[in-house]
Amino acid sequence: MRRVAKLFVPMAAFVLTALSSAAAFAQGAAPAADNSKGLIGIGAALAIGLAALGGGLGQGRAAASALDGIARNPQASGKIFVPMIVGLALIESLVIYGLIIAIILTGKL
Amino acid sequence: MGPHATWFSFFPWYEPLRENLEVRLGREWTWQAFQATHFEIDHILGGLLVFLLLTLFAFRYAISVRFSGDGGAVPPPRFCLRNLLETFGDLVFGLMEGPMGAKNARKYLPLIGTLFLFILFCNLLSLIPGFLPPTATLKTNVALAVLVFVLTHIFGVATHGPKYFKHFMGPLWWLAPLMIPIELVSHIARPVSLSIRLLGNISADHKVGAVFFALVPILIPVIFLGLGVFVAVVQAVVFSLLSTIYISTAIAHEEH
Repeated sequence: MRRVAKLFVPMAAFVLTALSSAAAFAQGAAPAADNSKGLIGIGAALAIGLAALGGGLGQGRAAASALDGIARNPQASGKIFVPMIVGLALIESLVIYGLIIAIILTGKL
Repeated sequence: MGPHATWFSFFPWYEPLRENLEVRLGREWTWQAFQATHFEIDHILGGLLVFLLLTLFAFRYAISVRFSGDGGAVPPPRFCLRNLLETFGDLVFGLMEGPMGAKNARKYLPLIGTLFLFILFCNLLSLIPGFLPPTATLKTNVALAVLVFVLTHIFGVATHGPKYFKHFMGPLWWLAPLMIPIELVSHIARPVSLSIRLLGNISADHKVGAVFFALVPILIPVIFLGLGVFVAVVQAVVFSLLSTIYISTAIAHEEH
């Protein structure tokens, strides 16, 4: 704790300098270009990226539970497989909504 | 990726028909985020092709059952059309028996079975190079999803009478102003989700297959064709299963 406290003053000075220098340089910046295409591009990438992230986590959990069930009871693998596929398809449909938005947005680039 | 030429454009009547229909039915409008519509009739011709295929299969199945000598009780030994269609029928009946029970499943099997076969063959049409799958356009999917949506309410009213609409009000009468918007939104979300799920899966699969076919035409597309078959079957199963669940919740109010 004493070691962290010793670093406090230099760190605070660094952060304040960084923030104020950003404010100081802002006046001299060039006039903002028309960023709409860039923003559309970032929007499309974020849409599919976040959707795939959440979908991947969700489907991983579903598949992990199904594999656990099959490991406990290998004879029930047929009865576990079909509900697992249906669950994966339903989770995937949310990812597909994000993909549709990304496709629509890249069409507007 | 815009529209590309399909095998249908080799027919001599294709281009005059398309121009004639575009003059009568085409319109220029963009709605919200979607791009401008361009008039194409490939998805209608694809749907008609699947319809003709299914009618042909149905006729051959009926003939083979009638001439089998024992009323169709014993399946034929080899892999043939009758075995394939009986496998599909068993698959759909097994799917429906869970939510609905055997008696109701037999009653609604024609509807759900037809939906399943139509969507399955439309999805599989996307894997043949040179065809545009009808289910990769919002036009076909919204038609199918709205059909299921309207039919669930018709079946609900047919089973329960006009009292069916009371279930929108929820379990307690003073919760009705809260429950009615929630139930309405969840009901509207059903055809939207059904159609967009099918659209996204099949069109994305089609585009991924096209991209890899353009990159490495030799062996890699086989993997994507296999994935495409799997996705086609799973999406048809999910559409049919969800339609079954919606119909079963609409008609199953007797057991309250």
